[in-house]
Amino acid sequence: MTTREIFETMDYGPAPESSAEALAWIAAKGPAFGAFIDGAFAKPGETFATRNPATGAELARITQSSAEQVDKAVTAARRAFPGWSKLSGHQRARHLYALARLLQKHARLFAVLESLDNGKPIREARDIDVPLAQRHFYYHAGLAQLLDDEMPGHAPLGVCGQVIPWNFPLLMLSWKIAPALAAGNTVVLKPAEYTSLTALLFADICREAGLPKGVVNIVTGDGRTGEALTTHPDVNKVAFTGSTEVGRRIRQATAGSGKSLTLELGGKSPYIVFDDADIDSAIEGLVDAIWFNQGQVCCAGSRLLVQEGIAADFHARLKARMDKLRLGDPLDKSIDVGAVVDPVQHATITRLVDRNTEGETYRAATPVPEQGCFYPPTLITGLSPAAPLMQEEIFGPVLVSTTFRTPSEAVEIANNTRYGLAATVWTENLNLALDVAPKLAAGVVWVNATNLFDAAAPFGGVRESGFGREGGWEGLLAYLEPALKTKPLKPADPVPAPDRPDAPGLDRTAKMYVGGKQARPDGGYSQPVWSAKGRLLGHMGLGNRKDIRNAVEAARGAAAWARTTGHLRAQILYYIGENLSARSAEFAARIRDLTGVNAKTAEAEVDVAIDRLFTYAAWADKFDGTAKSVPIRGIALAMTEPVGVIGALAPDDAPLLGALSVIAPAIAMGNRIVLVPSYAAPLAATDLYQVLDTSDLPGGVVNIVTGDPADLAEPLASHMDVDAIWAFTPHVSAEAVERASASNLKRSWVHDGHGIDWMGKSGEGRRFLQAATEIKTIWVPYGE
Amino acid sequence: MTRKFLTKWSSLSLPRRHETLSEPSTLAQFTLVTHAPTQTASTLTDPQLPQVHEPRNAGMPLDLDWVARVQANTSAIERRAASLPGRRTVKKTYQAAWLARAITLIDLTTLAGDDTPGRVRRLCAKARQPVRADLLDTLGLPPITTGAVCVYHDMVETAVEALRGSGIPVAAVSTGFPAGLSPFHLRVAEITESVKAGAAEIDIVISRRHVLTGNWQALYDEMKEFRAACGEAHVKAILATGELGTLRNVARASLVCMMAGADFIKTSTGKESVNATLPVSLTMVRAIRAYEAATGIKVGYKPAGGISKAKDALVYMALMKEELGNRWLQPDLFRFGASSLLGDIERQLEHHATGAYSASYRHPMA
Repeated sequence: MTTREIFETMDYGPAPESSAEALAWIAAKGPAFGAFIDGAFAKPGETFATRNPATGAELARITQSSAEQVDKAVTAARRAFPGWSKLSGHQRARHLYALARLLQKHARLFAVLESLDNGKPIREARDIDVPLAQRHFYYHAGLAQLLDDEMPGHAPLGVCGQVIPWNFPLLMLSWKIAPALAAGNTVVLKPAEYTSLTALLFADICREAGLPKGVVNIVTGDGRTGEALTTHPDVNKVAFTGSTEVGRRIRQATAGSGKSLTLELGGKSPYIVFDDADIDSAIEGLVDAIWFNQGQVCCAGSRLLVQEGIAADFHARLKARMDKLRLGDPLDKSIDVGAVVDPVQHATITRLVDRNTEGETYRAATPVPEQGCFYPPTLITGLSPAAPLMQEEIFGPVLVSTTFRTPSEAVEIANNTRYGLAATVWTENLNLALDVAPKLAAGVVWVNATNLFDAAAPFGGVRESGFGREGGWEGLLAYLEPALKTKPLKPADPVPAPDRPDAPGLDRTAKMYVGGKQARPDGGYSQPVWSAKGRLLGHMGLGNRKDIRNAVEAARGAAAWARTTGHLRAQILYYIGENLSARSAEFAARIRDLTGVNAKTAEAEVDVAIDRLFTYAAWADKFDGTAKSVPIRGIALAMTEPVGVIGALAPDDAPLLGALSVIAPAIAMGNRIVLVPSYAAPLAATDLYQVLDTSDLPGGVVNIVTGDPADLAEPLASHMDVDAIWAFTPHVSAEAVERASASNLKRSWVHDGHGIDWMGKSGEGRRFLQAATEIKTIWVPYGE
Repeated sequence: MTRKFLTKWSSLSLPRRHETLSEPSTLAQFTLVTHAPTQTASTLTDPQLPQVHEPRNAGMPLDLDWVARVQANTSAIERRAASLPGRRTVKKTYQAAWLARAITLIDLTTLAGDDTPGRVRRLCAKARQPVRADLLDTLGLPPITTGAVCVYHDMVETAVEALRGSGIPVAAVSTGFPAGLSPFHLRVAEITESVKAGAAEIDIVISRRHVLTGNWQALYDEMKEFRAACGEAHVKAILATGELGTLRNVARASLVCMMAGADFIKTSTGKESVNATLPVSLTMVRAIRAYEAATGIKVGYKPAGGISKAKDALVYMALMKEELGNRWLQPDLFRFGASSLLGDIERQLEHHATGAYSASYRHPMA
């Protein structure tokens, strides 16, 4: 077009970013790439093509790394670990700083390469992905610097096997590698097979930064490579970001392996618009929510919930905004929506949308390129929560919508999902925003904004969106463990029936404790409990699946406990301690009978139990959230929330203290608990319910199901209404518990064959509080 | 309420279209709709370009419920404004064409205490021929003029005289500009005088105190009276957004002024400490969009003060195109209030024409 014509039409015209430098880098370092192992690129092996999804053109060939290569990489990382972990925090900080600086120096190369490989608009790669990646390394250089002083008593985990997705290749690499290195771990990372190039460029700059060889290794390939990595016996930590389906498989595959695991999985995040919102801004927010990165964002606000009274107006304005979106060449600087990552993904989106028969489907009236993997921005209104598209993650530029009447209904619809990654709330009413945010089942809540990220602000999900946080001190914790001395666990079995039973006095039957009431075992079976000296101490009910079911239901019903104040929970915990103290002689005697320990030891256990109750009473109103220093005008609050319903299999040793060491932190933080007490010595725990009853603890907050842990572990660990499973008893296999926990991806804390010293300081403290809480990051930008 | 647009903007290569207003029955609640003066609507001298002819904003009764409902979330607006320059850009030929268009949107302005007839005549000469003819030829562009010349009342006659025959309207700042605190009857009289002197456009300043005290009725009444005093002349309502405190106030004041019949809403006098900004502009153009959705009437927008770079002008134009559409890239609906912007655009155009960066002394001064 001539200048004169453009003067009339006022079109934008093309504004292409050059791909020359990125293609030159591929040509120079490739075009076939091998894995990056021990500080050098290996010779390419069996390769596959990586393509530009906007054109289908082959960009480079990537090695399908074999199990053998993965092993080499893990070996290199293992070799590098001692040296790297022994560096001072400052020395590691210097390396991370160098990486941050190099990410800045090569910013445009990274951005263009990312856009070419992934199909995302160059604006997003340039203005969002790459700056956030830089920020992540800067921030973690700082954490490395401060780690020695601020986190004493912690040690790195060892070799981390990390598997990342294709939607934010460089950014997810940064989220994984920066904290791992800051904490002193070494890394083997597998990028997604569609998008390996920026990881390989990163490997290249690791050399430029002088990073010791073996500290970072990159193995390319598909899921087979990932499986070889995540199941490698010498990997201590697995961190995965990707689909819930694969996350579940990793959970199962690593069950009981002792590998630390964090999962960042899918989502179907609600985007709630109340009728007093700034509607135009809320609509603009949707552009950043669901049309950002072609909707291929795990935390995309993909479920629009609009208050009924404004829905028609909102949808009309939204459609007009959609029509303004520009699809096309991702390297064009004026493009809003680029190409989806691969024809396979395009076909999935198409299939999901075409299968839908409900509501009204609107496609943006904007030109869609005929070639390449382009999918038009789409809005489907008038869906009910029952519609499959309201439940299933589409992972494409498709927004689904329904309406609500009241704030509580909005929360109800928002939480009607298996996922729990993020949520967005638009309202000009601070009361409403701050009331709704804590009620949403999500790890991240944005108020009057969406898709805000920062290295200082923890990010991660609840429910089937995974567990663990990335970012902030909280994220660093996922790469550290307490440096503790532990002893191997030995199971304590119930005392077998003596040849000459001694059954004195009045019969005492220990029932179960469910919903604040004593309950007979569903199966109607009981088992005698003998003292070490062969005296009959009573009977314990033999619990079964149904007792677990009833207990979980009671725990779920006691939801009000989560909303009580820390002050109230503290008072109740003190009161439990007071009442236990009043009966300390009785409990000490019980412990002696059950375990055969001497009086001094038994009394000491009761004393520590009372002390422990005081500890958690103290913590109940002090395990504070934090306000994060994020680079916006606003606050990002990392709030601690109870996990929900915790299923716990108490340790065998210290029958009273072990049970209380598990119960107290759980309820102090507002959780409800279903406890299976020590198999060998259950009566110390069942005696407790009289103490609990007299201490004003509401029914259902603590539930005790006695029986053989081996029978009870499976129904408890697989129960989908249980949010976390703790298993400290050696009577159950950690592997079986974690495998069962994959049903709803509940958080797990299982023994690794070693026991905790319950009498000591390692039997209490922050580790327990962290396990009993989730971090919810609530972003509230402000300004008038 | 919906109304058919009287002139549908489909293509700029359409011949001149003059359409008269129709459907008076749907205008029951509006005062009489008058035609825009021909010269306002025709600042482009190119005969191929159409006369754009929108119905004037006759206003509507003050709707306080609507005003109260208006929300403006500052942080969200700032984020959109901050990301816009990264989302849209024009390059090469497109950039040259856009910059030429930008010139046609400039209210070339002098509002200085030391203005003299000589100074104003020089400015008018520049308005007639804002870019060296050889540059326009090289770029293949038609002759262009600025959108208007904007002066104080005392300079109106000089400017009208200097621009006679050019089709360039003269805009007068009025109503006790910039503070707007002179006696009300004098402010109204000032409008009348300027219109009498030949001003086709009147840039009034609102009483900020009405906004700051939430006295929307007073703002509405004042604006309505100013509008009436303007008669055939178009009225631009200067909100002095830098003095309104919040974007919510900006949004509400924009709406009230449109309800009272403003043809344009304008950010600033150029004399406040903060003048046109992208967040303020986004707030105001969203108000314009809402007003059009409700009434079918297109109201113009004029950011003023602080826009001095060609690049800034392009961002503002992209904002208009994105939020309101191409129709707001015409001088009857969009103006830049600027004095030094033209110089930067001239240098950029020479760069386009020659491939070499330019110097300001190569371009005739105003």
